[in-house]
Amino acid sequence: MAVLSEEQTMIRDGAKSWVQEKSPVTAFRKMRDSGNEDGFDRAAWKEMAEMGWAGILIPEEFGGTGLGYLTLGLVLEETGRTLTASPLISTALTATTALLLGGSDAQKKKYLPQIAEGNLIATLAVDEGPHHAPDKIALKAEKSGSGFRLNGKKNFVLDGGTAGLIIVAARTSGKPGDKSGVTLFLVDGKASGLSREKLKTVDSRGVANLTFNNVEVGADAVLGSVEGGHDILEATLDRARAGLTAEMLGQAMQSFDITLEYLKTRVQFGQVIGSFQALQHRAAKMFTDLELARSCVEGALQAIDKDANDVAQLASLAKAKVGDLVHLVSNEMVQMHGGIGMTDAHDAGLYLKRARAQEATFGGSSYHRDRYATLLGY
Amino acid sequence: MSAAEKIDTEMEAFRAQAHDWLEKNFPPSLKGKGGMMMGEGGPETSADFAKWKKAMAEKGWGVPTWPREYGAGGLSQAQTRVLQQEMNRIGAFNPIGGMGVMMFGPTLLEFGSDEQKRKHVPGIVKGEVWWCQGYSEPGAGSDLASLRTQCIDKGDHFLVNGQKIWTSGAQYADMCFCLVRTDNTKKHEGISFLLIDMKSPGVEVRPIKLISGNSPFCETFFTDVKVPKENLMGPLNGGWTIGKRLLQFERAGLGGAPGGGGLNRGGETRSLDQVAKHYVGADDQGRLADADLRARVTNHLMDMRAFMLTAQRSMAEAKGNASPGFTTSIMKNAGSRIGQERAELLIEIMGNQGLGWDGAGFTANELETVRGWLGGKATTIYGGSAEIQNNIISKRVLGLLDHQ
Repeated sequence: MAVLSEEQTMIRDGAKSWVQEKSPVTAFRKMRDSGNEDGFDRAAWKEMAEMGWAGILIPEEFGGTGLGYLTLGLVLEETGRTLTASPLISTALTATTALLLGGSDAQKKKYLPQIAEGNLIATLAVDEGPHHAPDKIALKAEKSGSGFRLNGKKNFVLDGGTAGLIIVAARTSGKPGDKSGVTLFLVDGKASGLSREKLKTVDSRGVANLTFNNVEVGADAVLGSVEGGHDILEATLDRARAGLTAEMLGQAMQSFDITLEYLKTRVQFGQVIGSFQALQHRAAKMFTDLELARSCVEGALQAIDKDANDVAQLASLAKAKVGDLVHLVSNEMVQMHGGIGMTDAHDAGLYLKRARAQEATFGGSSYHRDRYATLLGY
Repeated sequence: MSAAEKIDTEMEAFRAQAHDWLEKNFPPSLKGKGGMMMGEGGPETSADFAKWKKAMAEKGWGVPTWPREYGAGGLSQAQTRVLQQEMNRIGAFNPIGGMGVMMFGPTLLEFGSDEQKRKHVPGIVKGEVWWCQGYSEPGAGSDLASLRTQCIDKGDHFLVNGQKIWTSGAQYADMCFCLVRTDNTKKHEGISFLLIDMKSPGVEVRPIKLISGNSPFCETFFTDVKVPKENLMGPLNGGWTIGKRLLQFERAGLGGAPGGGGLNRGGETRSLDQVAKHYVGADDQGRLADADLRARVTNHLMDMRAFMLTAQRSMAEAKGNASPGFTTSIMKNAGSRIGQERAELLIEIMGNQGLGWDGAGFTANELETVRGWLGGKATTIYGGSAEIQNNIISKRVLGLLDHQ
């Protein structure tokens, strides 16, 4: 665990106790079984915003606390432990980052205070196919009067069905695969011509496919500059990736803790199964990987807070390592629990499913290994 | 002036002092040759090295954090970091090392009597006394506590009979810290920690040739060796606790130290991707020509980075508290595995050039890489094998029970 300030320790402890009291795994399970189509609990989100979590990245002048990425990571680690589904990732982390990095003063004034208060759900819409591919943006934005007209689709947008603000990566010139020619647009969730299809995914979170059919936006909807979207998008994604790994780490910690507890209590052959070396060494391997992964997560978040020049490398490192980790730990959780781990009544399956969804979000492990190699120049 | 500013000013004064002293005393001919300290060919003997070692010995900076009363540096952790930074800046290295510094010294400071500390610490500080480790025996490897080297109390001295194996550097050592059996009726509680002079009559050392062709380890035989009573460290039959503590220092050094745990053995010091580009080539976009190799190199480099970040994190966490804790077991396993993977990848990357044993047709770098690959296989065996480390993590860190 990184060395924390007093304020950070307070926020972490606060998150720990809130999550245990108000948002245990049973709360997520209840939300799932209730047929809630939002993919999160609005009352819980309100409480999270009241505690200031929606504004951890937002500077004080725009209604937040500006405590930075490591601090937000501490909260995400705790909410990850119990699989809490909330707009923290889409709104407080990703969309907020894009606004901070690319937004004009007017745009920040308009949106950030609403986000900090918990009154605006916002998200970033990047991918258009089955895989994360920010370099293959095809959604078209053409000049229309003083503004632009958007046509195309966006897939698997986090909280895309509920977001009031959608930050859309669109192509104003060139072809998919070109780095230049990308522009970011701020699009209202209720814009005419935008249709949203909420998806039922394996991990029960709120994602949606969006279709843009002649969606008109004004010139003031451009985030950053026209054609200048690529750099903001990459920097935003790196921060989102690093933040997401904190949630994934918390989740891996919890599934490991649950499994370890089971190894200490389940009796077979007249002894607790945790006394079998075949299981002990697999537990030791998980513990080792958890510790190594934690260093990557904290390293990436600290690098962002310090504005270091290797944020991209560290974000890809963390996303790849933690992507591998969540699969290892959640699969071992099912296997070591045996039959009970296969039942819907047990939590193991929930962790297994969430791991898959998170690994795919903002690029899977193999995407980030390839990117890491490219960043290092080989 | 605030307290923090005062500390900053003092630290800058120390930096200036360290800078000047290093400029004056470090022989430029040794620049960047710190690797010689890790060689398996015994202590380095060149004239410049001897001069540098003498200077550092007198200054006490070879063991910067140990107490001044034994001639050591007496520096704080913060000062030590500054010293290391200043040494790195000019390519200097610490010429004083070995098991005395890494393993025995810290244990001696913790468990030795005042008299033993006065007698043995200064020799380590000055790099004059070379220590070796008498732990393993032919019948006591992973199950170390089953050791049988007999130590009998003869009134005015101890009499030692038995055999030790894998005694690293015994052929060069002056002294041996040794686990011996002083009670045959108990296992762990029948072991004592004894210091044996390697020049005593009855001590015989035979180097063991390894698969790497080198002989870093020896067999050491003790036949009716007389050892003074004052050389018993800690209580009679109380050696196991001391011996285990020493292993923690050993593992901390093996996993955490730069170059330790075999992270970077052999001659090749470049990053793996650079070596791969040299031997395998790249496509027109600069990517390694072999896609499968590229993925595996990346995996390795990511593991390496994660390991380094973990070392930094545990240093930050332990600030001011230099004692190795539970993380050392993780570091030993992770470090040794990553080091072996690097060596395997290097050999694969070099292709047929990575198959040389000696002589023409191969660069010195290639030959050293081969020897380093083979020598590195020991890293998951010595200092507690990978399996023993996993047992330790399972039981001591995770609290899992012993099998009944």
